[in-house]
Amino acid sequence: MVAGLIRLLTGAQARWKGTDPVRPDGSVPQRIFFANHTSNLDAPVVWASLPTEVRRVTRPVAARDYWDAGPVRRRLANDVFRALLIERKKVTKSNNPLTAMADALDAGASLILFPEGGRSAADAAAEPGEFKAGLWHLARRRPDVELVPVFLENLNRILPKGDFLLVPLLAAVTFGEPLRVADGEDKHAFLGRARDAVANLRRRAEGG
Amino acid sequence: MPAPDRDALILAAAVGGLLAVATAVGRLLRRRVATDAGRRTIDNFNARVAAWWVMALVFGAAISFGLLGACVLFGLVSFFALREMITLTPTRLGDHHALFWAFFVIPPIQYVCVYVGWQDFWSIFVPVYCFLFLAVRSTLLGDTRCYLERTAKIQWALMICVYFVSHAPALLTLASHEAAGMVGAGTSALAVAIPPGSGWKLLVWLVVVVQMSDVLQYVWGKLLGRRKIAPTVSPSKTWEGFAGGVLSATAVGVGLSFLTPFDVRVAIGMGLTVCLMGFFGGIVMSAIKRDAGVKDYGALIAGHGGMMDRIDSLTFAAPVFYRLVRHYYP
Repeated sequence: MVAGLIRLLTGAQARWKGTDPVRPDGSVPQRIFFANHTSNLDAPVVWASLPTEVRRVTRPVAARDYWDAGPVRRRLANDVFRALLIERKKVTKSNNPLTAMADALDAGASLILFPEGGRSAADAAAEPGEFKAGLWHLARRRPDVELVPVFLENLNRILPKGDFLLVPLLAAVTFGEPLRVADGEDKHAFLGRARDAVANLRRRAEGG
Repeated sequence: MPAPDRDALILAAAVGGLLAVATAVGRLLRRRVATDAGRRTIDNFNARVAAWWVMALVFGAAISFGLLGACVLFGLVSFFALREMITLTPTRLGDHHALFWAFFVIPPIQYVCVYVGWQDFWSIFVPVYCFLFLAVRSTLLGDTRCYLERTAKIQWALMICVYFVSHAPALLTLASHEAAGMVGAGTSALAVAIPPGSGWKLLVWLVVVVQMSDVLQYVWGKLLGRRKIAPTVSPSKTWEGFAGGVLSATAVGVGLSFLTPFDVRVAIGMGLTVCLMGFFGGIVMSAIKRDAGVKDYGALIAGHGGMMDRIDSLTFAAPVFYRLVRHYYP
């Protein structure tokens, strides 16, 4: 129900351009969806735009400092999105985000990840920022998981960084072709390729 | 609430009959066609007919609640159209607050004023007050890049999606208020022209004629279309489709003139005018789409595209029709 509400509010349309959400035999592959990050609505919107059977196994990875602040956000994060809250600031051995994400993958969940780490404040025209290394480490540790690039459009116009007024424009969520780490590929090359995969989806989305 | 009178029953039967025929033809053709391309065309046709059923039912249900229903319905239409139009036109972060006003403050004020019949105010609210307000609002945020372009885009969107569209439900106030006033003034000859409580028939007449014009232009264009009118703007529009559609939709308007105070001559004039305005509305909205590089405004209505794709002709026809009726049947 919350998913339907989010879709209504943001008009979010999912376009799958490279892989099907559910395999022809009805199974749902384990995945990490990684997307550009421009708005606090990003994680809920990706989650809401997934088909029900995929959504049921997918957990957004979100910043504890934002989603654990206040009872409403905490409730939403824990009970509705079943978000995996990770530490951004005081990372120690016991709360290492990578360990938490790897554990969630081992438990069978798919993840929604924003490898830029924070929201880019930029205007709509900007490319996604540099990707942090988490995606690379997860890809190496759990090579069977599909890495699906996701491009989010217009969310920074709906709820820009540093604003609280919502403008109900139409968002679009584009899912691309899954990536894998190539043989002998180093961290820098892989993260660059992953970032390009997201940026290319934007070009394809705009090209029709 | 208009009594379920004879005209309403005739209309419901006619529209229902037409759609039933279209549904039956679609089903039949779906079984006949062999090629993939043909199947796609028929599937699109069937999706459109199914959407027409929904649209006709929603429209009929809304106006059965009279002015309130019409204001709520067209208020929602404005909201969806505005959303599609602003999504297509790139705005900057500096416009965010102006957009918030454009979505959540201005349209409700416009429609509430239409509902309470505050004609003097709603007919200038957007073109005068909102125009000035939006210009000032964006300036105060200090972002001057592409200032005129950005401000003009928001003003355009409000004019088209909110101001023009709100003339459609306003047809209901036109008849009841003005005619009722006339009875009081004792000029009964004009009061007979638009009896109180029959404004909804003017709205139905306008919507049916304009939408039939769209459909018939498409049909005539498919049958006879040769010479393109504006290939760069709207590749599917042809002179043959235009002439056939406008003339046959005008004929529909004459046939439905029992809904209106128009005699045959006036019905022809009004029919030609609203069909022509509808045509212009269609190509202007297409020009905006081409500029943004998309085919449809959205995917709200299956087979048709977005809300704006369905109401583009109405946005231009409604204000002109409203003004003409108001002028000639005061």
